[in-house]
Amino acid sequence: MTKKENHPSFETSLERLESLVDRMESGDATLEQSLAWFEEGMGLIKSCQSQLKHAEQKVQELIKNSAGEFTVKDIE
Amino acid sequence: MPELRSQYSVSELNAQIRHLLEGSLSDIWVTGEISNFHHHPSSGHMYFTLKDSRSEMRCAMFRGNNQFLKFKPTNGMEVRVFGSVSVYEQRGQVQLKVARMEPAGMGDLFKAFEAMKKSLHEEGLFDSEHKKNIPKFPKKIGVVTSGSGAALQDILNVLNRRAPHVNILIRSTKVQGDGSAQDISNAIHEFNEHGSVDVIIVGRGGGSMEDLWAFNEELVARTIFESTIPIISAVGHETDFTIADFVGDLRAPTPSAAAELVCISVGDIHGTFIEMGNGLSRVLQGKIDRAWIRIDHLENRTTLQQPQKRIQSQIEKLAQYHKRMVHGMGVTQTHFLDKTDALAKQLVGLGPIQVLDRGYSIAFDPSGEIIRNSTDIEIGEIFTLKTGQGSLDAEKTSDHPEPKNT
Repeated sequence: MTKKENHPSFETSLERLESLVDRMESGDATLEQSLAWFEEGMGLIKSCQSQLKHAEQKVQELIKNSAGEFTVKDIE
Repeated sequence: MPELRSQYSVSELNAQIRHLLEGSLSDIWVTGEISNFHHHPSSGHMYFTLKDSRSEMRCAMFRGNNQFLKFKPTNGMEVRVFGSVSVYEQRGQVQLKVARMEPAGMGDLFKAFEAMKKSLHEEGLFDSEHKKNIPKFPKKIGVVTSGSGAALQDILNVLNRRAPHVNILIRSTKVQGDGSAQDISNAIHEFNEHGSVDVIIVGRGGGSMEDLWAFNEELVARTIFESTIPIISAVGHETDFTIADFVGDLRAPTPSAAAELVCISVGDIHGTFIEMGNGLSRVLQGKIDRAWIRIDHLENRTTLQQPQKRIQSQIEKLAQYHKRMVHGMGVTQTHFLDKTDALAKQLVGLGPIQVLDRGYSIAFDPSGEIIRNSTDIEIGEIFTLKTGQGSLDAEKTSDHPEPKNT
C-alpha cells in the first residue's frame, strides 16, 4: 500500500454537499450558519476538483505467489 | 438435356457446367473453415470462403437464411454448412449457396450451454435479488482478463480518458483453453481476498463460442455468484451471451462498454459540482438580500449600531470567501464564476436605499419590530411602513394568514 489520501471520497463529499444545499434551502438557518455551510461546501468542491485535476491514474497488477502472498506491481 | 460434345462456345460451356453441377451437387453438407467473412451491412447477406488445407470454395448465405443464426460466424471458425452449388454463368464462377450453418463439432457445446443456463437459472443464481449494486464512485477497479488481450487495452483506454482519478488493478488470466475457467475463478477469489477494489470487470474480447467457453463454465458462474465485490461481466461482442453475463451483477455488451458503465466520467462529476456550487450561491444570495433589509431597518435605530457592524463584518467576510473561492475554482467553471461575479457585484452595489428604491417596504410594529407574519399585530393596531422615500403609518384592518410552507 502507498500513502493513504486524507480527502473524503467523492461519494462522501457529494452526499455532504447535497445535505448542505438542502439545509440552506430549507431557510431556517441563521446567516452565520449559512455562511459556514457555504464555506464548507465551496471547500469540498474545491478539494474534490483539485483531487480530480491532480489525479494520476495508477495501473497495477495483482500477483499472488505460491506462498499465498500478494504483491502489487506498477505497470508502465 | 444438352449432350456432351467436343466443341463449345463459352456460354454453352458455362450453361453445361451449370446444368451438370446444379443437378448433382444440391442439398449437400460441407465442412470447412471460414475465411474472408463479410456480412454486407445493407443487404444483410453473408459472403465468405470455406476452406480446408488444400482447397477453398466461395460461399454466400443470404439474409433470409442467416438471420436466425444463433451464433456469429467469424474467420477461422470451423463450420458445417448445408446448401447447393450454384454457377454464375456470365462469369463462369462456382459458389456454394448456404441455407444452414452450424459450428462443426460444437452441437454439444450449445446443448451444454443451454443445460447449464437452465439449471443455474432454476437454482436462482440469476435472480435480481442477488444482484449487488455497482458503486457510483469506485476508487479502484479490478480487471480480470488476459494481460495481452485487446479487451484490456480497450478498458484501459476508456478509463484513462473518462476517469483518470480511478485506479486500476489487473489480475491477468488465461481467457480460453485448458485451465482458463480455474484461472478466472482464482482471480476473482484473489480480488475478494485482497479486498482493495470496489468493483471487478471480468471479460475478454470476441471469439467463437468455443473461445468464450470458460465464461460458460459452472466454476466461473459460482465464483461470480459468491463474490462479495460486485462484478461486471464483459464477454465478447454485443451478440455474445455467456453464463457469466447472466450471473454477473451487471452485463456490459463489450469490454469498452464495461469501462464506460463502471464509473461516471470526470466531466459529469465536474457538472455535478458546478450545480452544487450554483445551488449554494443561489441560496446564500437570498439570505444576503434579506440581511440587507434587516440592515436597512437597523440603520434607522441608532441604539443598535453594534449589530449592524456585526452583520456588515459578516458580509465583508462573505465577500472574502467569494474572492478566495473564485480564485480557487479554476477556469473550467465559467458558469459558476458568472454566478459568483453577479453575487459579488450585488454585494457591492446593493445599498440599503437601493433596496427600498426597488419597491421594497418594511413594516414595523409599534415596538419597532419587523412584521414577518400577518398575525403579528392585532386588527386596529397602527403600524409603520418604511419606503424608499420616507415612512408612513397605517392601520391593520384585516389579515390573510398563509399556511406555512414546510
